[in-house]
This record gives sequence, C-alpha cells and structure tokens, in this order.
Amino acid sequence: MAIAQAIGDTIEDQRTPPPDPKKRGRFTPYLLLLPGMLWLAIFFAVPLIFLFSTSLQTPVAGGEVGEFEQTFNFGNYVETLTDEYYYVPLFRSFIYSGIATVLALLIGYPLAYMIAFKSGRWRNLLLVMVIAPFFVSFLLRTIAWRQILADEGVVVGALRVIGLVGDTGGIYPSALAVITGLTYNFLPFMTLPIYASLERVDPRLIEAGRDLYAKPFTGFRKITWPLSMPGVVAGTLLTFIPAAGDYVNAELLGTGKNSMIGNRIQYEFFNVRDYPTMAVLSFVLMACILTIVLVYVRRVGSDDLV
Amino acid sequence: MSAPTTPVPVASKPPTGVRIRNWIGNNLLRIYAVLAFIYLLLPVMYTFVFSFNDSGKSNLTWVGFTWNNWTNPCGAPDVCESVINSISVGLVVTLVATMLGTLIAFALVRHRFRGRTTTNLLIFLPMATPEVVLGSSLLTLFLNILVPLGFWTVVIAHIMFCISFVVVTVKARLSSLDANIEQAAMDLYASEWQAFRRITLPLVAPGIAAAALLAFSLSFDDFIITNFNSGQFTTFPKFIYVADKRGIPAQAYVIASAMFFIALAIVLIGQFASRRRKEG
Repeated sequence: MAIAQAIGDTIEDQRTPPPDPKKRGRFTPYLLLLPGMLWLAIFFAVPLIFLFSTSLQTPVAGGEVGEFEQTFNFGNYVETLTDEYYYVPLFRSFIYSGIATVLALLIGYPLAYMIAFKSGRWRNLLLVMVIAPFFVSFLLRTIAWRQILADEGVVVGALRVIGLVGDTGGIYPSALAVITGLTYNFLPFMTLPIYASLERVDPRLIEAGRDLYAKPFTGFRKITWPLSMPGVVAGTLLTFIPAAGDYVNAELLGTGKNSMIGNRIQYEFFNVRDYPTMAVLSFVLMACILTIVLVYVRRVGSDDLV
Repeated sequence: MSAPTTPVPVASKPPTGVRIRNWIGNNLLRIYAVLAFIYLLLPVMYTFVFSFNDSGKSNLTWVGFTWNNWTNPCGAPDVCESVINSISVGLVVTLVATMLGTLIAFALVRHRFRGRTTTNLLIFLPMATPEVVLGSSLLTLFLNILVPLGFWTVVIAHIMFCISFVVVTVKARLSSLDANIEQAAMDLYASEWQAFRRITLPLVAPGIAAAALLAFSLSFDDFIITNFNSGQFTTFPKFIYVADKRGIPAQAYVIASAMFFIALAIVLIGQFASRRRKEG
C-alpha cells in the first residue's frame, strides 16, 4: 500500500524539498541520479525516438520480409489510421478499458472503504488478500477465467440454474468475458491507491460532520469522497492505462471480433513483421492515452480536488 | 450494529422480513466485500485446485486427484528451465533496479537540485505508458542497432520498468523519516557516510526490502514486455503463453501455486516481524 500511496504522491509531488544542509556537496544529487536516470534515458526515452523513426520507415524495394529503410513517410500514419482493421480495435480498446475502469471503481471503492473503516483487526490480512492474486502468474489467472466462464464452467452453470442463460451459455468467448478479465486483472491497482487515501482521512472530520447534523450519505459525499479523490485519480489511471494497452485478455477471453489495439501491435511484430505499422500503432496509442490522461487529470483536478 | 438485546416494551419484535432487511442493510458493505473477495480469489483457488489434476497433457478439464504433479514439478518438458530462466532474470533485475532506484529516491527526498520536475516526469512516464508501447519501442531500439534478443535484452527491459516502482516505494519510506535524525548524528561528529550507514540505512531498510520484493515479482510475472524483447529466450510466463496453444501441463499450476504460498509467507512474516518490532 506504500506503493499506491507513493504513486499518488509522484503524480502530484507537492512536498517541498528539504533545505540543503551545508555539509553536502553540490554534485551529490546528480551523482545519485546519474546511473538510474541514464538507464531510463537510454532504454525508455531513446527507444521512443526510435519508435517514432521506425514508424516513418518503408520496406526496402525487393528486400526480404522485415527489411526496412529509413524514410520520412508520414503516409504510414494516414494509411494505418484510415484502415478499419486498425481504428476499430483502437476505439474498442478505449471502450473496453473505460468500462473496466468504471467497474473496477464500483467494486474497488466499497472494498477499500470497508478495509479502511470497517475491518478492525482483520485489516492487514484483508490487504494481503487484495494483493495475493498478483502472486499467481497473470497468464494462468486469465486462463483460469476462461475455464470459469466456459459453457461447462461454474458461472454459466449457476446462471443456467436461475435461468439467466440458455443451454448455449456463450459468456466465453465474448466482449463480456474480456471486460471481466480486464476488470479482474487491474482491480488491485484500483483498490490499493483508494485505500491509501482513505486511510489518511481523519475520522474526526467525519465525526465533526455528523455533529453538524450531516446525514451519513451527505457526510460521505462532502467529506470522505473529496478527501479520497487523489486515490481515485491514481487508481483510475493505474487501471485505465494498462487495460487500454493489454492484449492478453482479449486474446485469451475473446474472439477476433474483440481484438484490441495491443493485439494488432503484437500481430504486426510476430506474424507480419511489419515494424513500421507496429510503431505507428504504438505511437498513436501512447498519444491517445497521454491526451486522455491530461484531459482527465485537469478536469478532475479543477472540479473535485478543490 | 446488531438489534437491541433488551426487550423494548411497546414495540413487539419486528416481522422476519423487516429483520432480514435490516440485517442486510447493516451488513451491506461486508456482503459486498465478501463478493469482491470471491471475485479476486476465484482464479487463484482454481489454479490451486487444478494443480492436483491428474490431467496428462492438457490441464483444461478435471480428470482426477493426484499428488504426482507436486512430487514431480519438473516432470513436464521445459517447465523448470523456464522457471530457472525467470529466477535468474529476476535476481539480476532486482539487484540492479533496487540499487539504481534507491539512489534516485535518496536524491529526490534528501537533496535540493535543479531538474527535479524533469526527474519526476522521467520516473512517472514509464508507469503511465502501456506495456505494449514500452515493449515495442525498446524492440525498435534493439532492432535498429542490431542487438540480438535474449537473456540480456530481457534483463535490460525489466530493469527499465522496475526502476520507477523502486523509486516510489523507497521514496515513500524515506520521506516518512525525520531528516533531523541524520543532522543530529552529524552534529555529534558523525561523518556524512557514518550517519548514512549507522542511522539512515537501517531505518530505510524495510522500504528497500519491499522495493526489492516488488521488483522481483514484477520481473517474474512480466509477459508483454518480455514477449517483445526475448527472441528465443523463454521465461515462465512466456512458457505458459506458448504452451497454452497445445495444452498447459499441470506442473505449471504447481509452480504458480508454490510461488503464491512462498510470496504469501514472505509478506506475512514481514508483517509479523514489523509488528513485533513495534511492540518490542
């Protein structure tokens, strides 16, 4: 939970740095930063430049599959983005991850609230149970959902008994199964930051509200919810961003009709070896996500955080 | 929370329907949480149960109970090789990422310097970038400068995305400590290095340990970035992904379950130890 809390802090680092003690060298901070920042610069920032330059390459005339030369063919972007084969999965990624984020918030917020305020001495154990799924391979858990949601699995069986689904079942494979998997895989990322900010809410504030005749729900709406906003922002971002780029859930729990942009990106690399198209798609995905995140943080930041 | 135990003279016992409704109303949040935990833990239980499946080649349907998978976890081809690969990658990654990230955390919390905002941004961005983009962009670097893919490219990729998580974890611990303690040590004629080694390091150690565990588990479980940058090299998640096409052996479920219990034990022992320290 320290992690979630810290991620929230990194998003908006409001702490003022400590006064610099005179005994320290001026260059010490740069020496401390150098190795790590160099690593991030070379293996995170520079690759983004390579990604962009790759996205402008064209195939070598008469060359082998996977052979490209550096050009400045911005037509790659136009060609890719006007193709239904690519822009539909792009839209679908944001719709699926948007729905998964809302669902994870609806499940994760009450869960975090319960752990923060109503769990008593069970609190630490419950927190461990929230992160426990991480300790089983992500792929095996997703594959487990495929079996659980299959026609002969537990869920369809139960739904069939109460008559909600017919004999055909049909939950796996479908959009519903993909969204179930996405919500599941990123739920802890939603729950932990919300818990971290709820834990910091001073219970005396809520008591004060009650003393001033606030109904429980009003107290929640006016006191607890606004104070938990940093956690909600961190949690929704930590769910939405990885979910939008994920392709494992769509591949394991959906059909070709549920492909997301990640599926296309990895297909271009592994099956077609069309690196420029792969780079175009990655770059567009990143641009879309950064735009959405900026708009979101600004909106939420100005309306609710005050 | 519960109904009043002393009998109220005027109003008689409310009808059962109302009482059930009241009970549900009072415990709604708990019921909701129980359902959420079932959702969270169902696939974990499923994995554990199927590690005992006497399945043969593919572990998709329940055949019968057996201990054999647990007594012979390396029985299926390539499972243990991939686990050993994942552990070797994880150890190198944990060592390097923890060192680099801890140094950055110290610079951010304990020093004032120009370029703070840029530093924070460069640490936050990898966490805000989807894994496909991290994986594919690093791949374009390796492809363009013709680096052969394998063990070392996977290690490089994992260190890259683990650093940020180490920084935020250590930073959280470090900024909860009082910087004046170090100052006090130095006022008592400790050199900067002595103050660091005798005072700061022991206090930050739990944060660094947590960061190392996090780095190892992130590295061990990563699939998407690994898949782009590994070439023929196989890690445990990649083994599962490839095996899924023809049937995952039950031994993979055994190893996943074993990892689950080992990690759970480490976390619980850590919590127990920190509580003992606080009380003692």
